[in-house]
Amino acid sequence: MTVLDSPSSAPPPESVGLPVEDADVATPEFERAAERAASRRGFLIALPAYAYLVLFFAIPLVIVMVYSFGTRNRFGDTELANWNLDAYRKLTEPLVRDIFFRSLWLAILTTVICLVIAYPFAYFLATRTPTVRNVMLVFVMIPFWSNFLVRNFAWRVILGTDGPFSRTTQALGLGESRILFTPTAVVLGLVYGFLPFMILPLYAAIERIDLGLVEASRDLYASGWQTFRRVLLPLSMPGVIAGSILVFIPSLGAYVTPEILGGAKTTLMGSYIVTQFLTARNWPVGASLSFTLTVIMLFATILYFRKGGRTL
Amino acid sequence: MTDTAQSETALDAPSEVPAVGIHGITKRFGDVVAVDDITLNIADGEFFALLGPSGCGKTTTLRMIAGLEFPTEGSLQIFGQEVGTLPPNKRPVNTVFQNYALFPHLNINDNVGFGLKMQKVPKRDISSRVEEALAMVRLTHMGMRKPTQLSGGQQQRIALARALVNRPKVLLLDEPLGALDLKLRQEMQGELKSLQRELGITFVFVTHDQEEALTMSDRIAVMDRGQLLQVDPPEAIYERPVNRFVADFIGQTNLLEGTVQDRSTVCLLNGARIPLETGLEPGTQVAVILRPERATIGLRSDTAVGRSSVDGVVKSITYLGNAIVYHVGLDWMELEVREENRPDAHRLDVGDEVTVSWDDRAVAVVSE
Amino acid sequence: MSESTAKPKGLTKGLLTANAVFVYLFFYAPIALLVVFSFSDNRNVGTWGGFTLGWYRDFLDNEPIQGAIWVSLKVAFASTVVSVVLGTMAALALERFRFRGQRVFDALLYLPIIIPDVTMAVMMLLFFSQALDLIDTVFGVQYAKGLTTIIVSHIAFCISFVSIVVRARLAGMDERLEEAAMDLYATRWKTFRHITLPLIAPGVAGGALLALTLSLDDVVVTQFVAGPGSTTLPVYVFGLIRRGVTPLINSVSVVMLAASILLVLFSLVLQRRGGGSVTASAE
Repeated sequence: MTVLDSPSSAPPPESVGLPVEDADVATPEFERAAERAASRRGFLIALPAYAYLVLFFAIPLVIVMVYSFGTRNRFGDTELANWNLDAYRKLTEPLVRDIFFRSLWLAILTTVICLVIAYPFAYFLATRTPTVRNVMLVFVMIPFWSNFLVRNFAWRVILGTDGPFSRTTQALGLGESRILFTPTAVVLGLVYGFLPFMILPLYAAIERIDLGLVEASRDLYASGWQTFRRVLLPLSMPGVIAGSILVFIPSLGAYVTPEILGGAKTTLMGSYIVTQFLTARNWPVGASLSFTLTVIMLFATILYFRKGGRTL
Repeated sequence: MTDTAQSETALDAPSEVPAVGIHGITKRFGDVVAVDDITLNIADGEFFALLGPSGCGKTTTLRMIAGLEFPTEGSLQIFGQEVGTLPPNKRPVNTVFQNYALFPHLNINDNVGFGLKMQKVPKRDISSRVEEALAMVRLTHMGMRKPTQLSGGQQQRIALARALVNRPKVLLLDEPLGALDLKLRQEMQGELKSLQRELGITFVFVTHDQEEALTMSDRIAVMDRGQLLQVDPPEAIYERPVNRFVADFIGQTNLLEGTVQDRSTVCLLNGARIPLETGLEPGTQVAVILRPERATIGLRSDTAVGRSSVDGVVKSITYLGNAIVYHVGLDWMELEVREENRPDAHRLDVGDEVTVSWDDRAVAVVSE
Repeated sequence: MSESTAKPKGLTKGLLTANAVFVYLFFYAPIALLVVFSFSDNRNVGTWGGFTLGWYRDFLDNEPIQGAIWVSLKVAFASTVVSVVLGTMAALALERFRFRGQRVFDALLYLPIIIPDVTMAVMMLLFFSQALDLIDTVFGVQYAKGLTTIIVSHIAFCISFVSIVVRARLAGMDERLEEAAMDLYATRWKTFRHITLPLIAPGVAGGALLALTLSLDDVVVTQFVAGPGSTTLPVYVFGLIRRGVTPLINSVSVVMLAASILLVLFSLVLQRRGGGSVTASAE
């Protein structure tokens, strides 16, 4: 009574039988060769993406750097022959400095506002039951996935002098709304656009915290505020940092939002850089600005990883 | 080399060629030597255990047999054919993984039939063989379910079916019963044993549970820190351990340190002389192995002929239900004595002055 | 997660709930208003003037817009397909292998994510200026900026996002399953096809969705590398907005909105079938 009998068919095909020939005896050389072969395979699999990024990303980045050392000639073209730092000197001009610090200030403001709004929200989210949590998350994701341009346009409509916001302020006797085309509108637009970027990492970090620790803290007579300051905040710091970086970086380099909501008076780095290419035709300056912006962002990101951040 | 091992019935005489031949196998991971020059032969039809503490190299050895690692050096043969440098998908060997590694996105039928599908067995044959395999592990109606819908014990049996359906020449099991609770584990131990006897295939399994190894195996290989210490049937491992480590690792033991005095005497640390023929040079440091269940305990008394004894005081008593363990303090060490909980057993108390004695033939000696 | 003192009570709970409600209102009110006003029969976008579908009719009749939609779809489709393939391969290489230059590759893969789109746009513009000149000099072929340059640029930033999502999924997958497959006679390719790929499929889908959205949303990069006759919808609409707000833009916006939302819901349904969660795999 063995299970291996199959009397009805021909002798069952022997499963992988013994090898026909002897294989080699194991040696360190074989082991090394096998490792090298695996390594090679990995490299080949990475190669298409690797090559693509080198060609269409690394090289363009280098070209930007090269251009930033170039000079704009009378016709608006770029001379790359004599390298100089003229384009970078432009950065020290008061106009550019103003633009830079304005952009920096707005980016910081946006980040802080997002943090203040998102943290309580994330905590609230993390303390719901799983079903409620999932539903709430989906409804956070929907605006996140909808078209960025449209979301900015919505505020343009709302904040217009004939828009619903203005009508409300007029009805309340506060007069017409003059928010549009001011830095306030830009910050509003940026917060609106990037709030989900703050919520998600914060939520992920808070959700990972063992909330038994919060209970323990209460049990040891800490007030809500103290619990927050001494338990929650430190433990959720990775999320705070991740979210801040995810909001700060795009805010600093924002272009679409300031264009739609900021108007001519509020020029930020993004718009200024674009004008160098489309209207002023001063490519070296545009390149130097872009490059500087990138270096700053790289710094911020390295800082993030130093503080123990994992994947973005 | 001819393939004489596997045929349609399990009742053929086992082959003379060892099912698994390991010669001088070493595995190094950088500077770490995981397996250090081991040599052993596993016979056809054996239920063989690789036993040892974590990190001893037993799992690495198993993986080398499976082909999931290549040895750094040495020869690995299956029924006489060198396979050490072949990838796992070319070896007639299958593995039951520690956490079963069932494919979560496939149903049970597809899981079990996976190996057959990879070997391009015709569909009709696949379904009949899968059915057979499921019947073998008594899970015939689970075919359409997904692994997550099964209990731990059921998943383990499916993992078994998935391996056996391919009729491997050797079945490897990596701590297969570790995740199961005690009752289930004992049940499965019996099932695995009878299954192996029925099929006649060589089973090689890895465990850190010495009781499991003693219960199920025909032979056990005890490993520690990459080295092979002893390969013997359970009885020999238990009664005649080759060194202190093996003696200590298998079952409970008392190690009474001493020196060889002459050809037929060993002198313990307290000066007591024990009649023991060791065949070792006088002056050699040895340990006398006294299993707790081989010792008898009673209030202070004289020693009978043919028995040796030491005197001490009861320090603590552990009640195990089916046995009582006395921890006796001697001048220079503590002893464990285990008595079955019979109605006529001594009822001693903590603080009692006692004599622990044993039959001189019931102990073993190790020198390392 | 236990229930008792960690859960906010009383005043704190009230404040937190109010904050949550505010956040949702903040998110959805503008969108809702936009939708409402797209049906308003009034030249002034922010004013209500009776119900009409006129602006949607205008949208359907508008040729440049319909053309731009078509271009957007073509670009998005091509970019998504290529970046999903390359991104998945990159993820596999990084998670399952060790090779020389791996660290550099890993870092290179992260760069497109942190670079602001303005810089990306500048990079691609300068690159194509040089590259197209070079091709002209060497091959005598006059290649113009257009669909190809847009697609090439989109792929450049999409690969990284896809690889992150797929990597997360790969990392969470038990490698023993792949070993089990090999033990059961599968070749490396068959192991990938029958075991790895099905198990990372939700990640790949999430990555594809991300790539699709990024491509459809992109404004600045496309603006810089597009040529005449190859405008995508966002770039075209952006241009319209700068000239002034009109009800037509409103209806186009609502259509774009509906499309994104449908995409999200569609992927949610797929996720539910595949047994994952949108946040987990698509983040």
